[in-house]
Amino acid sequence: MAEMDTPPVNDVNICVATANGSGSASSNQILYKSVFKMGIPCSGKNLFPSNIQGLPTWYFIRASEKGYLGRKDAIDVMVLFNDDTLAADVKKVRAGGLILYDDSRPLPPALVRKDVSYIGVPAENLVKEHIKAPQLRAKQRNMVYVGAVGKLFGIPMGIMQEVLEDTFGNKPAVIESNLQCIELGYKHIEKLGTAQDVGFLKAVPNGNKHKIMTEGNTACAVGAIFGGATVVTWYPITPSSSLVEEMIERIPAFRRDEHGKNRYAIVQAEDELAAVSMLVGAGFAGARAMTSTAGPGLSLMQESIGLAYFVEVPGVIFVIQRGGPSTGLPTRTQQSDITLMHQGSHGDTRHIVLIPHDNSSAFDMAWQAFDVADRFQTPVFVMMDLDLGMNMSLSAPFAMPDRPFDRGKLLSEADIKAQGDKFSRYLDLDGDGIPQRTIPGNLHPAAAYFARGSGHDEQARYSEDHIVYRKLLERLRRKYETAREYVPKPIVYNGASTGMGLMSFGSSYEPTREARDIMATRGKAADHLLLRALPVNGDVRDFLASHKEIYLIEQNRDGQMTQILRDEFPEYAARIKPVCLFDGMPLAAGDIVESILGGN
Amino acid sequence: MTEAARLEPQVNHIHLAKKDYEGAESTMCKGCGHDAITASIITACYESSIDPRRVVKLSGIGCSSKTTNYFMNQSFGFNGTHGRMAALATGAGVANHHMLPIGVSGDGDTASIGLGNFAHMIRRNLRITYIVENNGVYGLTKGQFSATADKGSRAKKGWVNPWNAIDLASLAILMGATFVARSFSGDRKQLAPLVQAAMNHNGTAVLDVLSPCVTFNNHEGSTKSLKGIREMKDDLNEIDFIPEFEPIDVEYAPGKDLRVRMHDGGTVVLHKLKDHDPTDRVQAMSVVEQGMHEGKFVTGLIYIDETQPDFATQENVCDTPLSMLSEAELRPSAKDLALINESFMR
Ligand SMILES: Cc1ncc(C[n+]2csc(CCOP(=O)(O)OP(=O)(O)O)c2C)c(N)n1
Ligand code: SF4
Ligand SMILES: [Mg+2]
Repeated sequence: MAEMDTPPVNDVNICVATANGSGSASSNQILYKSVFKMGIPCSGKNLFPSNIQGLPTWYFIRASEKGYLGRKDAIDVMVLFNDDTLAADVKKVRAGGLILYDDSRPLPPALVRKDVSYIGVPAENLVKEHIKAPQLRAKQRNMVYVGAVGKLFGIPMGIMQEVLEDTFGNKPAVIESNLQCIELGYKHIEKLGTAQDVGFLKAVPNGNKHKIMTEGNTACAVGAIFGGATVVTWYPITPSSSLVEEMIERIPAFRRDEHGKNRYAIVQAEDELAAVSMLVGAGFAGARAMTSTAGPGLSLMQESIGLAYFVEVPGVIFVIQRGGPSTGLPTRTQQSDITLMHQGSHGDTRHIVLIPHDNSSAFDMAWQAFDVADRFQTPVFVMMDLDLGMNMSLSAPFAMPDRPFDRGKLLSEADIKAQGDKFSRYLDLDGDGIPQRTIPGNLHPAAAYFARGSGHDEQARYSEDHIVYRKLLERLRRKYETAREYVPKPIVYNGASTGMGLMSFGSSYEPTREARDIMATRGKAADHLLLRALPVNGDVRDFLASHKEIYLIEQNRDGQMTQILRDEFPEYAARIKPVCLFDGMPLAAGDIVESILGGN
Repeated sequence: MTEAARLEPQVNHIHLAKKDYEGAESTMCKGCGHDAITASIITACYESSIDPRRVVKLSGIGCSSKTTNYFMNQSFGFNGTHGRMAALATGAGVANHHMLPIGVSGDGDTASIGLGNFAHMIRRNLRITYIVENNGVYGLTKGQFSATADKGSRAKKGWVNPWNAIDLASLAILMGATFVARSFSGDRKQLAPLVQAAMNHNGTAVLDVLSPCVTFNNHEGSTKSLKGIREMKDDLNEIDFIPEFEPIDVEYAPGKDLRVRMHDGGTVVLHKLKDHDPTDRVQAMSVVEQGMHEGKFVTGLIYIDETQPDFATQENVCDTPLSMLSEAELRPSAKDLALINESFMR
């Protein structure tokens, strides 16, 4: 263990404990962005309460030379800036780790551990002394730890200043006062001459050159704009609100016509019953419509999801999953609404679900979802979760869509004319289960049809005929099978395993990737398949066939994805073992390894 | 009349015959009020020379909601879920604000399960002709009370309704509706011109139309039986609607008559039977309230305000319907994306 004597470089896991509403969000941003700017791969995860002010919140900044962006169990550094949680927070840091605390007042002796080192910075006293406006002091106090951490770990003052300027560009006064406090912390540590040996940050030239840092909800918002979303309906709910809020901020820049009119409408509905009904109405009328919600809202939307499925109306539904059931843990992450998306609504339904696993795939799938919805004339889900949606992470930059809009079998007046002035809304002309479609405004005399959620025949007429009904349900299933090969395929990593396979999806992918590498160092090489859509397709069957021992990592109690795969591939049902990690914390590689290999 | 003239079907301003406004054959019970309303809608659209291809018919679930299938086969229609027509129409209306939405709902669909969405549609002033075929009962589920059943009213099964009724006309005014009328399925002379006016209104036009359910709510003790409605009906005004393309050649009696130019063309001519000014919101509220107090169904044009912007206008949507915008108008450029990416590198 000789190499442990030199502190690791660019492998540091920092946890900042503060009270929410205290301005720590800005301080943590500055710290996170500074690490990014140094060229070090990093993620920033916010563990926040369902509360506006005063309850404890923790922010995890993980710098990882190797590019692991999942949460890490072992905390190297704890920044103790919340008096209410001191006792518990002191215990969270790993043995040999470091505690940075506000030593304006002495730490109670009970909180002094022998196996960690302590460094103090008198943040409260410093702001009292230097910040004139008393009402600003509580917030500015948090900037002091930014400077202290910066000095201790090697973030240059200049970088932090640049980040401040990037963040608050048009507010020189804000930059100045924040900079002052960062400097207070920085200089205090400098003056003390204190050092630590937990780890260091060292700039990597061009390290993050082709990377962007953002949150998944932002990626979806931008993707939806590029996908041509025109009618956006929503009802606020954590953790989905920031998706539409980002759209509200960003869309005007791209969608104002020459008369200053909007090429979009964003409608805050009175509830999710309305949000999804508006979506269905807009989709029926031909707009690229979307909504964004989380579990409770998705529950309310169920009836109209079935309507859209049965009437064959396109629409995109972003679901940012959180801890359920019921209100559950609104500010914690989970992957527990899979069944509700995949088989949403009563009766036999099957829905298309796109599953991003990082920011750039969230962008891709957000725009692609509109094409998929139009092509298959059905609601399409984009499965997100709080960890992906609301936490800062690195990814490849967003790539410009590589193909034009696909509006599917949408007929114009000329199209109807060209096919002999005939149009049957629900006739499967091509054998792929996908009928032709028209929208209001098409003035061809054969264009109009009567959409209904009740039984209907190929001409969209009311029907209770048992054969017509059975054929309709069979066609819808056929359409779903056509979608199977159209949606994104899985990505397989060859880990030179001798029979062990890992499967993951969404926010479980990144920690599973890390777990896979850890397992390899322990002599347990595993291959790894990333699921990217439902219905599953491509290499999934081969992967199941070629691995005797398969672990499917998912963040829910009941193995919802495992159930879907077992149902799809009954012949391999027994070999798929769910690894269910569902405590609401962002998944950590260590937990996965422990679940599969055991504690040692 | 010559033989030729007798064979030549009568056509309207856009050369459509009345039968061009018909739909599938009705499946309502014989004598159901809803069928009479359908007939008035057909008359109204024919008289106003509405192009059926410009119409979107919307409805929820119920006997009443089925009836959008029974007029204008050439129009797009959407028979959605129970109680959600208002929201469905809001989405369709903002996606293509050049279409003319005609919504048909029931009292259960609107006042019971759909009350919230109904209220919020009004608040937004969505442009729509929203007809409630109000029979005080759930027809399609066979005779349970709806939220518009009057207190003390007796169901066919003998149950007595213990709850106060929701009065849709007063609720609509309270919610800020810009066009509120009440009528009776059996009074086509009153109803058809009201529908015509509603279709030219630039906002939510609520028509609360009493429409007896002859099968489940037409007995002694029901306040919404045919007999009950006839006895309690109290007309505020007589209405004529003069479409844009016709000269206004009705008599005009100052003081007694009122003319309102509709936003989308045409003129409503009201011949007052009561001292009621339908452009006065406070009067509108009190006339309905007073009627209820006296056990009457006040009918006619109760309230009208042609000055308010509709939902699409307030949303500032562009002239081209959102549903018809092209990729060039919707997808930002690669350069735009590069700038976004750059902003995420800082
Ligand atoms: C969510 C839901 N709940 C219940 C029903 C059953 N249902 C169908 S129609 C109806 C009542 C219809 O009453 P109303 O709107 O007054 O229409 P009417 O038949 O009287 O014209 C009910 C409760 C349903 N279709 N959907
Ligand atoms: S049950 Fe009542 S409302 Fe339904 S069709 Fe028959 S008469 Fe009309
Ligand atoms: Mg009814």
